[in-house]
Amino acid sequence: MPIVACKNIRKTYRQGDIEVHALRGVDLSVDKGGFIALAGPSGSGKTTLLNIIGGLDACDEGSILLDGDRVDQMTASKLADMRLHKIGFIFQAFNLIPVLSAEENVAYVMLLQGVPARECRERARSILDDVGLADKYGRRPHELSGGQQQRVAVARAIVSNPSIVLADEPTANLDSETGRGLLEMMREMNENKDVTFIFSTHDRMVMEHARRLVRLRDGQIVDDANHPVQ
Amino acid sequence: MHLQLAWRNLWRNTRRTAIILTAIVVGVWAMVFLGALMRGMADGMVRNAIDTLTGHIQIHREGYRSDPVIENRIDDPGRLIPIIENALPPDARWAARVRVNAVANNARHTAGITLVGIDPEAESAVSFIGRPAISQGRYLRPGDDNAVLAGRALVDDFETRLGHKLVLMSQDAQKEVASRAFRITGIFEAELEATEKGFLFVHKSTAQEMLRMGDAVSEIAVMLADRTSVASVADDVRSVLPDAFVVHTWRDLLPAITGYLDIFDGFMYLWRLIIFIAMGFGIVNTLLMAIFERMREFGLLKALGMKPWWIVRSVLTESLLLLVVGLSLGNFFSLLSVWALSKKGIDLSAFSAGTDLAGISRVVYPVLESRDLAAANLVVFALGLLISLYPAAKAARFTPVEAMAHT
Ligand SMILES: Nc1ncnc2c1ncn2[C@@H]1O[C@H](COP(=O)(O)OP(=O)(O)O)[C@@H](O)[C@H]1O
Ligand SMILES: [Mg+2]
Repeated sequence: MPIVACKNIRKTYRQGDIEVHALRGVDLSVDKGGFIALAGPSGSGKTTLLNIIGGLDACDEGSILLDGDRVDQMTASKLADMRLHKIGFIFQAFNLIPVLSAEENVAYVMLLQGVPARECRERARSILDDVGLADKYGRRPHELSGGQQQRVAVARAIVSNPSIVLADEPTANLDSETGRGLLEMMREMNENKDVTFIFSTHDRMVMEHARRLVRLRDGQIVDDANHPVQ
Repeated sequence: MHLQLAWRNLWRNTRRTAIILTAIVVGVWAMVFLGALMRGMADGMVRNAIDTLTGHIQIHREGYRSDPVIENRIDDPGRLIPIIENALPPDARWAARVRVNAVANNARHTAGITLVGIDPEAESAVSFIGRPAISQGRYLRPGDDNAVLAGRALVDDFETRLGHKLVLMSQDAQKEVASRAFRITGIFEAELEATEKGFLFVHKSTAQEMLRMGDAVSEIAVMLADRTSVASVADDVRSVLPDAFVVHTWRDLLPAITGYLDIFDGFMYLWRLIIFIAMGFGIVNTLLMAIFERMREFGLLKALGMKPWWIVRSVLTESLLLLVVGLSLGNFFSLLSVWALSKKGIDLSAFSAGTDLAGISRVVYPVLESRDLAAANLVVFALGLLISLYPAAKAARFTPVEAMAHT
């Protein structure tokens, strides 16, 4: 059974008289353990699709099944619970709470999940070790480089073993070398910890790291292919 | 960690937080310390009025209150006093006085005054005159038959001085005009100029002799150790006295002050509310500013699965910390100010013309009642949290999508 199954998703934004068809009938199904890139030019609907899968935005038509639950039929409170327990989010920027250290940023979500404080700490540290930030536990976001901040965001997204991690252009604000490093690290987590990733990008280099590449254009999927693993 | 997070968020913008804290501290100080001064003024006023020949309880012959003439006298105090004493608690003090309207004059001036015949020793426990009120000369001594104590203001008005003569005139018990010359042996000072101008004190026996009233007195004034038990003691006395006599408490005797005290509590609440409104606008505005600046963060938290209620709670935690810190500092400075003034008070004599009119003492001591302190803290704390709900609810309403779009 796929971990995510989207059927015929449509989303239209209205701004005054203008209608923008952000998604026009998207079908997408993702298996557990996948490492999938959503590629497409700016405005093609990548963010909209990720937001709808993650329950941050509602679609106008269609259905989304996440881990067996209908995302499109959930109440706001159920959606919050789902995001807290089943989804890890990584955004392009501003992923971290500025007043919390790297360790605290990672631990905070677990704390909200009700994990005991002590365990939060231990798990936060161990995951920060995994993403290569063993000596940066106590750093505040502004004391970290952009790449390091994104690593903290990845650590936070995967620390409580979510069903899926949704990453919206996680490398867009990084130089290509740092971006490559982050991608490789995500790929490592995908393989070693069996975390499912869907990430969007319009960067060719990033696409090449994906095991499956889904191309979007004007709110429709135009290509969907499994990549050979390098 | 929630507290920690709130605490750190508070200090993200030190200047802003310092400004809100200052507003809270000044507000609390105005409520507590200025409130204590107002309470002190009211208290001083009551104390003065009680001290100025009122006492806590007075006993008169029926009719004296509406018509304080010599006919309405207590003819047989020797029989009445043991009865009264029996009904009083052991630490109560009492004094019997002659008190009539009279005219004082010397070669140049004439004025209507109240002539008070006192028992010097008993009186000193009951009213201001026996305390160190004499600024020049001396208090009445046994045998000072022709001695009169006059107030400083009256002495000045009469252009006279210590040792000079004063003639007093009044109607005696036989409805004849009684007149007698006295010598000023002591000059007293009182809180209020009106007291200095209004009363002349002589020996009770001298007054009785002059007015041909035998042993009779006009009133018996009682002072209790504690103002709170006045009503019940008055009831006790009332129940043992014959019908021809009436018992009044200071509340009955000073209706204007009683009325003032009754509205004073309401006024204190109004005062707190007004200060809070000024302070509250500052709090809400600054919190709102802080929250709009952090809009993206609240969006992020919601994306991570935080429920609106948790966001409300975390914003309220911030304002709770703010209030606790502000209240602590505000109370500290208030207590410090109260303590600093508790010995010497504030001297308002520069404004004494105005204060005299209002019956306020020249020196005001702050009186900090625990209920006033509690009320001020409660108002700031409860209303502070209540108004913080608004910015908190605003923060909780940001949706992740729109918050993230605000880059
Ligand atoms: N909140 C919104 N209101 C109106 N139009 C929007 C909104 N969000 C996205 N769009 C439009 O929907 C289309 C898809 O946007 P988006 O999903 O952000 O694309 P991408 O992430 O691929 O760049 C774009 O044309 C965009 O302008
Ligand atoms: Mg996008």
